[in-house]
Amino acid sequence: MNGFDWDWAFTWDVLPMILSAAKVTLLATLLGSIFAIIMGLVFALLRRSKSRLTRTSVYWIVEFIRSTPLLVQIFFLYYVMPEFGISMSPLATGVFALGLHYGAYLSEVFRSGIDGIEKGQWEASRALNLSIIDTYRDIVLPQAIRPMIPATGNYIIAMFKETPQLSAITLLEMLQMAKIIGSENFRYLEPFTLVGLLYLVFSIVAAYGIYQIEKRFPKEGFSLK
Amino acid sequence: MSAPIIEFKNVKKCFGDTVIFSDFNFKVEENEIVSIIGPSGSGKSTLLRILMTLEGIDGGYINVAGESLWHMPWQGQYVPANSKHLHKMRNHLGMVFQHFNLFPHMTVKRNITEAPMRVKGVSRQDAEELAEKLLALVGLADKADSYPNDLSGGQKQRVGIARALAMKPSILLLDEITSALDPELVDEVLDVIRNLVKEESFTMLLVTHEMYFAREISDRVCFFDKGAIVEEGEPEIIFTAPKEERTKAFLNAYIGQS
Amino acid sequence: MEFGEIVSVLLQGAIVTIKIVAMALPLATIMAFVFGLVRLYAPAPFKQVAIVYIEFFRGTSALIQLYWIYFVLPFFGITIDAMTAAVVALGLNIGSYGTEVVRGAIQAVPKGQYEASVALNFTASQRLWRVIMPQALVNMIPPFGNLAIELVKATSLVSLITIGDLTFKAKSLADTTLQVGEIFGVVLVFYFVMAQVLMLFIKRLEKYLSKGLGRGGFSS
Repeated sequence: MNGFDWDWAFTWDVLPMILSAAKVTLLATLLGSIFAIIMGLVFALLRRSKSRLTRTSVYWIVEFIRSTPLLVQIFFLYYVMPEFGISMSPLATGVFALGLHYGAYLSEVFRSGIDGIEKGQWEASRALNLSIIDTYRDIVLPQAIRPMIPATGNYIIAMFKETPQLSAITLLEMLQMAKIIGSENFRYLEPFTLVGLLYLVFSIVAAYGIYQIEKRFPKEGFSLK
Repeated sequence: MSAPIIEFKNVKKCFGDTVIFSDFNFKVEENEIVSIIGPSGSGKSTLLRILMTLEGIDGGYINVAGESLWHMPWQGQYVPANSKHLHKMRNHLGMVFQHFNLFPHMTVKRNITEAPMRVKGVSRQDAEELAEKLLALVGLADKADSYPNDLSGGQKQRVGIARALAMKPSILLLDEITSALDPELVDEVLDVIRNLVKEESFTMLLVTHEMYFAREISDRVCFFDKGAIVEEGEPEIIFTAPKEERTKAFLNAYIGQS
Repeated sequence: MEFGEIVSVLLQGAIVTIKIVAMALPLATIMAFVFGLVRLYAPAPFKQVAIVYIEFFRGTSALIQLYWIYFVLPFFGITIDAMTAAVVALGLNIGSYGTEVVRGAIQAVPKGQYEASVALNFTASQRLWRVIMPQALVNMIPPFGNLAIELVKATSLVSLITIGDLTFKAKSLADTTLQVGEIFGVVLVFYFVMAQVLMLFIKRLEKYLSKGLGRGGFSS
C-alpha cells in the first residue's frame, strides 16, 4: 500500500461516518460545558465560603483535579463508580469527567472574575441592604460575566480537543470511529487526517464564535431578570 | 562658521493620520546647547526620538555630523539607511530617557560598562575605570554594585546620564529627564548636567519643563507648538520679552504655576 | 494482589512516565524558543511556517497528533517506535503552546528597555540576548511551569499506543486484578505528587529568579 496516494474515493466513503460520530463529540462537549460551568460556579462560591475548612478542602480538591490526567479520571469514573453501584454509560461518564475536570479550571476563572468586581459594589449592595443572593444575581454576576467570556471559551475549546480521550472507554466519537475504520480497512491516513482537520475547523469556528459573543456582549453588563 | 552638526531639512513625520511635522527645518551648531520647550504633544520628544533613530521619518532629510542620518548613498543616489548605516550614525548620539530605562538585571556598574565593552570593544578594565570616573562625577561612586531597583528616581537618572556618557557621544539628547521625578529629586539630577557643561563642551539638545534650568543652561531656547518652532532665540529674550502671543501664553501658564 | 505489589508495579510505570517527561520537556522547550523567536523576528516565509506549526498543533488535539504520528507516518515510509512517537507528539504539542509563552514574555518586557539598547547602539542580537531575554526569562517561568504540568498529564495518553507508562500499568492491573479502586486511587495520587513536586521546584526557581531581577537576574 502506498500512503503517498491520498485515496479520494475512500475519503468520501468514510466522511459521512466520521461526521455522524462528530455529533457524539459535539454532544459530549455541549453537555460537558454545561456541567463544567455549574461545577466551576459551585467550586468558586465554595472557595469564598466563610468556613476556612471548606475553603481549604475545596482548594485542594480543585488542585487535585487540575493536576491529574483527564484520562485517568475517565478510567476512575468508568471502572470505580460501578463498585459503588453507580453504573453509567460511556457518554454519561465522559460528560461527568469532562465537567469535573474543566469545572476545576473554570472555578479559577470565575473566582478571579468575581474578585475583579470593585469592593465598592459589594459595599453599596450592603448599604442598600440587598441579600447575598440578590447581590450576586443583580450586582456581581452581571458585571463579572463579560470579562470571563474569553477564558471560559478557551477552556471549552480545550475541553472539546480532549474529547478524543473518551474513545478509551469505547465512546463512539470521531477518533474512535476513525480508529475502527482504520483497522477494518488497514488504512489510517484518511480517517485520522480527516478527524484532525475537523478538529482544526471546529476549533477555529468556535474561537471566532467566542470572539463574537464577547464583542456583542453589553460592556456595561446587563440585568438578569 | 562650520556646517551645523544637526540639520533637519523639510522633514515630514506622521503617526497614522496624525501629522507631527509637515515641513520641519531646524539646525544645531556644534557645542551648542539648545532647549526645546512647549506644550505636550507638540512633537518635542519626537524630534529627539527621530535623532536617536527610535522613530523613522516620512519625508525630507536629516544630517548629523555631515552625514545623512536616515539615508545613505548607494549607486549615486540616496536610499533609506540600512541597519549598518544606522549603527554607524548612532555612534554620534547618546540619549537620557524620561523613565530612565536602566537595565534591571544588571548592576549599576554593569549598566555603564556593558555598551562600551560590547559595542565599542573597550576592555573590561578600561570600561570599569571609566564607569568609576563617571559614577564619581554623578555622585554615586558608592552605588556601583547596587541594582537599579534599589535606587531612588534621582539616583536612577544620574546612572542614566553616566550610562549615556560612557559611550562618549558628541551629541547628547535629554528627553524630559526630570519629568518622572519627585520635585525634591529634580535638582540633584540637574546639578549633574550643570557640572557637566561647566567642565566640557557638548552639543546638547534637551526637552524640558524646567524653565529656570532651560534659561540658565541654554545657548538657545526654541518654543515648539503643533510641530513647528513658533519662536526661538537667546534664553534671556525668550523668557523676558517673547514676541509671539502663544509663547507668552505658554510661559505665563508656567510662571503662574511655579 | 497485595497492595505493596500493586504499588511496585505502578512505580515501574511511573518511571516510564518520568522518562517521557524528561525527553519531551527539552524538545518542547526547544520548539517553544525556536518557533517563538521565528514568529516574532524572522522574515515572512519563516513566520508563516511557524504560524502553521503553532496553529496546527494548538488547533487539533494531542491524542490525534499522537495517533497520526504513530499510525499514519508509517504509510509515508517513516516507521518510528511508540516511545519516539510519544516524545515527538507530546514535545511538539506542548512546544506549540510554549511558543506563545515565549512570545508573550518577550512582548511584556517594557518598550523602554528596547529603546535604551538602541540608544546605546547594541546590535539586534545583543539587544535580544543581553537586554530583553534575561528579563523575559523571568516572566516565562510561571506559564512554563503550568505547561510542564500539562505535559505530565498528557503523558497518560501514551498508554493508548501501548507504552507501559503509569496509566497503562494501571489499566492492565485493573483488567487482571479487578482491584480498580485501589489501583486508580494510587495512580491519581502518583500524578498529583509528581505535579506538586514539579510545582514546588518551579516556585523556587521563580522566587530565585525574580529576586535576581532586582539583584542580577541572568546577566552573566
